[in-house]
Amino acid sequence: MLVAALALLLVMLPSVTASAQDEEVPHGPGFGARFLQALLDGIQFGVIIAICAVGLSLIFGTIHLINFAHGELVTIGATFAFFLNVSPAGPGWHLIPAAIVSVAFGALLGLGIDRGLWRPLRARGTGLINMFIVTIGLSLLLRHIVLVLYGTRPGSFAQYDIQKAYDLGPVGITPRDLTVTLLSVATLLGVAALLQRTRIGTAIRAVSENRDLAEASGIDVQRVVSFVWMLGGALAALGGVFFGLVEIVTWDMGFKLLLLMFAGVILGGLGSAYGAMVGSLVIGIVAQMSTLWFPVDLQYAWALLTLIIVLLVRPQGILGHRERIG
Amino acid sequence: MDFDVILSDALRSGIGPIAAIYVIAAMGLNLHFGYTGLLNFGQVGFMLVGGYGLAITVVTWGGSMWLGVLVGLASAVVLALLLGLPTLRLRADYLAITTIAAGETLRLFYRSSWAEPTTGGVFGLQRFANDFYDLNPIPRGTYGFWTVEFSARDLWVMIVAWGLVVIVGVLLALLIHSPWGRVIRSIRDDETAVRSLGKNVYAYKMTSLVLGGVLGGVAGMLQAIQVQSVSADSFDPAVTFFLYTLLVLGGAGRILGPVVGSILFWFVLTFIDSALRQAIDAGYISSDLISTSEIGAVRFALVGLALILLMAFRPQGILGSRKEMLLSGR
Repeated sequence: MLVAALALLLVMLPSVTASAQDEEVPHGPGFGARFLQALLDGIQFGVIIAICAVGLSLIFGTIHLINFAHGELVTIGATFAFFLNVSPAGPGWHLIPAAIVSVAFGALLGLGIDRGLWRPLRARGTGLINMFIVTIGLSLLLRHIVLVLYGTRPGSFAQYDIQKAYDLGPVGITPRDLTVTLLSVATLLGVAALLQRTRIGTAIRAVSENRDLAEASGIDVQRVVSFVWMLGGALAALGGVFFGLVEIVTWDMGFKLLLLMFAGVILGGLGSAYGAMVGSLVIGIVAQMSTLWFPVDLQYAWALLTLIIVLLVRPQGILGHRERIG
Repeated sequence: MDFDVILSDALRSGIGPIAAIYVIAAMGLNLHFGYTGLLNFGQVGFMLVGGYGLAITVVTWGGSMWLGVLVGLASAVVLALLLGLPTLRLRADYLAITTIAAGETLRLFYRSSWAEPTTGGVFGLQRFANDFYDLNPIPRGTYGFWTVEFSARDLWVMIVAWGLVVIVGVLLALLIHSPWGRVIRSIRDDETAVRSLGKNVYAYKMTSLVLGGVLGGVAGMLQAIQVQSVSADSFDPAVTFFLYTLLVLGGAGRILGPVVGSILFWFVLTFIDSALRQAIDAGYISSDLISTSEIGAVRFALVGLALILLMAFRPQGILGSRKEMLLSGR
């Protein structure tokens, strides 16, 4: 119904018939091959969104804060690695150590933001909605500091720039993209293992499930929250480096990814780490697959439309709890 | 550094047409956020459909501008219904994410190559407000006081925009103090209590969303008229963040909050901008530190900082009451 209604709003846009197919190359690969290629690209995009989004979801799960500044942690991760790797003012390290240091920086930044901003605000008893608006201010502040320091010009990392794709039957993937995808999947499995198998992971899940009960049973909630911020910051930075590697580094990349992260997180169920993973994967695939039928400049729009439709049909998301909705 | 220039730049911006247009958009947002407690983060989406509704009617369809105004208003109502139907049942922050996503989705659709025959794609549409300027009774020339001057054209937009601010302000004040207004303020304070009194909370929220959205649409149309052009990229999510900043600065939940907030917001923003330019030109600030092209970014960063500090230390703004601004959202 919503789709039909939105179409109604777009009645001002005629000539729907002039779709992308008209401009197609006549002798390109067949639909099946293009389908598989888009699926592969979608999975690759989806796992990168998932890495960024897990932190967003965990932070919501533990302190119920929707962190609008999460995208900036992604940008800062990518631009910091860019500084270490490429910038004339930087040390000119190889990308691998640069990425590792950038992830550590992301963790410290997450911790710093929690200690320096959120903890004092929580102590003052600031309302959640007020805190939500603070995250929007923080996002504007950080994004434009990055803009001043980094500039408007898109950049690429020094290594793994141009590569020849492996030919895997109907589809192709460059060694760089394959490595990034496999590393992303490994990271997500690592996060899952951390949540399931370790003491801190159990504590995070306990706090997400019921904060008061967790606190009463002797879990140091402040420590858990700090850890979640560090983890979120580190994962966002890693996601930023990966996205910068397969796409491009820009000063506003995090904000562009943020809405896709929200889409993934809400699709999977706000507050559930596994939901964020599944949801992000779906969003990545939707974005890439849409290019089979629709112009490329609309691929993010379809992902956001998915978000709106999911909220209509199943507001708690695929893996979310019913009581989390109002 | 020339303080006369800085001060007159700031004054011109504080009372100029843009400030008035932002007051109208923020009054709509105030109805949503300040009075009803709805976190609408897609006010820019209402401005977009309003502005484009007008421009498309005139440029693409060849209709008259006044028909365009009706189309713009109708688009804002339709958008409010579309957004409200699924999300008003949900918790406050879901509405925030949905509205910002909807605003971005609309921006992406309107600027896409697919919509180019209608919306002009990334180039937008131009020259659709001649009917408005034909009505201008003010003879050509510049008008003003001291070094603050406006062209006859800008003055005409200002008169209409500030006139609308007064009309809308009075209407909103009457509405807020009517029985309807009491119910929406109670919804903000305690939704469950209102529901237990047998009120249809959903319908009240929807009315509020539609009315505030229409005000956003009016602001979008005025903005389009003022520059005689619409382009999707001028309807960036940051516009909504600006509106929140000036609303919180002036005081949400106060009729005059958006007025005071917008004048101060544009005054301070332009003051900083102009002062930085002067300081760089005069060599007080080394251009290695901040170049003139980066002043825009510094401005945005300061808006962000102001929003953080306001929310942390004075969430009620200049005119508001602290008790009313302790929002929990659940």
